[in-house]
Amino acid sequence: MFGFLRKLWGTIRRPSVHYSLGGLTMGGFIMGVIFWGGFNTALELTNTETFCTGCHEMRDNVFAELKTTIHYSNRSGVRATCPDCHVPHEWTPKIARKMQASKEVWGKIFGTINTREKFLERRLDLAQHEWARLKANDSLECRNCHSAESMDITRQSPRAADFHERLLFTGEKTCIDCHKGIAHELPNMKEAMLEGSVVLSSAQAAASDDLHDYLNQHAQP
Amino acid sequence: MTRNVWITAAVISFAGAAFAQEHVATLRSGTPLADNAEPPAIAKVVNSDLRQVRNYPEQPPLIPHKIDGYQIDLNANQCMQCHSRTAVEVSQAPMISITHFMSRDNQFLASVTPRRYFCNQCHVVQVEARALVENGFVDIDSVLEYVEQNQGSSD
Ligand code: HEC
Ligand code: HEC
Ligand code: HEC
Ligand code: HEC
Ligand code: HEC
Ligand code: HEC
Repeated sequence: MFGFLRKLWGTIRRPSVHYSLGGLTMGGFIMGVIFWGGFNTALELTNTETFCTGCHEMRDNVFAELKTTIHYSNRSGVRATCPDCHVPHEWTPKIARKMQASKEVWGKIFGTINTREKFLERRLDLAQHEWARLKANDSLECRNCHSAESMDITRQSPRAADFHERLLFTGEKTCIDCHKGIAHELPNMKEAMLEGSVVLSSAQAAASDDLHDYLNQHAQP
Repeated sequence: MTRNVWITAAVISFAGAAFAQEHVATLRSGTPLADNAEPPAIAKVVNSDLRQVRNYPEQPPLIPHKIDGYQIDLNANQCMQCHSRTAVEVSQAPMISITHFMSRDNQFLASVTPRRYFCNQCHVVQVEARALVENGFVDIDSVLEYVEQNQGSSD
């Protein structure tokens, strides 16, 4: 908790790169502490799929795509909704996440993705934010439902069992390293690879670095 | 009484229709035009992960695993996530063979050639289902064996 407070303080003090959120955030946090219960209720309200899909940006793109996947309809009848994967369930990361969410409201105002074309253009960036987040928290949201401990690999296909045994259980990789595009369509993966947010092997990482060096030296306009 | 006559007539006409249809093989298999037949259960995709026999050397190998949700479009080719040259170290999957790198002019490209980009054009999964039509295909080995056995008499 103290570590979190110190970090939070650091975040607030550091001048924001995008816009000044410090005051807003501070006010929000204090209000949150005072009206802890009320704040929680508000969070619960915004923590629903109905809320997320209230915006056409979310409804027409990502929600439409989710509908064809196993997380929308499957033999078990258990569904994953947007907040299951996108908003952490624990208190502290939850607040942090909500603070970031105010950026989305900005997005709405400035219309960063208010057409399909704009969305597709921006999709790689958005996806990369999500990948980075899930990578940093070791795929926390996935693990809220799927736990590696309860996974019975003898009941999985040999291919799944092999991957999980070799790379998941050893801690070498986390869910999102292998299961990208599980809920929505993927953005341009070639670009993602060039930017280094998707790496398949160490050899490729090295090759990608070399390529970057080369391009930096030779491809100046 | 008249009711019974009607029922009998109806039964006879239905039986007649059924009899007639028995001899005509259609995909609708006897369902009246205006009705929807009960669809057959969706067959299960073979997901054994065991590579299957190729019936002839040029055959694109069958996919021995399920491919649900693997995106193949302008943005991404998820097959290449495991089958590309650089991915096999992690995936331990067979790499796409060299023919997949060859352009129309037999030049080797850096990655999969555009004409082999859409994997499902050639590679397919199998399902556990009864074959709809009988298949008289005979493996070349059986043909050769047959020829060898019958060589004496045929020459
Ligand atoms: C006010 C309309 C609106 C609502 C409601 C909304 N979103 Fe968004 N969302 C947006 C816009 C606009 C963007 C693009 C922001 C940008 O361009 O950076 C976005 C971006 C995102 C991103 C990408 C985030 C990133 O870091 O780049 C995620 C994930 C997301 N939304 C999930 C959700 C979830 C989950 C909910 C419900 C809790 C939700 N959204 C509710 C409009 C909305
Ligand atoms: C099963 C988990 C899961 C569910 C459920 C889910 N998402 Fe996502 N979402 C992801 C992941 C993982 C990504 C990162 C990009 C990727 O891998 O496709 C992502 C990416 C996004 C993005 C960034 C743009 C993009 O497509 O990459 C937005 C916006 C988004 N999700 C919104 C939503 C909304 C709104 C819902 C509910 C209708 C939702 N998500 C449901 C897992 C999920
Ligand atoms: C709300 C709970 C929930 C969350 C959160 C969730 N999942 Fe799932 N997931 C499910 C359920 C339910 C199924 C379907 C189980 C079944 O019926 O086979 C499933 C299925 C899957 C499958 C199997 C797909 C297949 O074709 O068999 C994968 C892979 C998967 N999830 C990965 C993820 C990843 C990665 C995340 C995090 C981004 C995630 N899940 C988040 C509940 C969840
Ligand atoms: C090293 C890569 C890798 C990692 C890390 C990984 N998976 Fe998988 N997973 C696979 C592969 C490969 C499959 C089988 C092919 C497929 O479903 O696309 C699979 C299949 C699954 C399935 C379906 C099982 C089946 O028998 O069909 C589930 C559920 C799943 N993964 C969940 C997870 C979750 C949750 C995590 C994180 C705790 C995770 N995986 C981490 C590679 C990985
Ligand atoms: C998660 C990794 C992974 C993905 C994604 C994947 N494969 Fe595979 N594939 C394998 C592995 C591993 C094998 C070796 C046999 C096995 O374990 O299933 C294999 C085997 C094959 C074979 C059989 C090769 C032979 O010599 O018999 C074909 C064909 C194939 N895959 C095609 C595809 C296609 C087409 C796609 C995309 C739709 C795809 N694979 C996606 C991992 C993958
Ligand atoms: C035009 C048809 C065609 C397309 C498209 C195609 N393949 Fe093949 N593939 C073949 C044929 C034919 C073979 C067997 C002979 C050979 O290796 O060329 C083969 C062999 C393979 C093998 C086995 C290689 C080995 O050495 O055992 C794999 C794996 C494979 N293909 C994966 C893929 C993937 C992944 C894609 C999509 C990127 C793809 N193929 C697209 C025709 C095709």
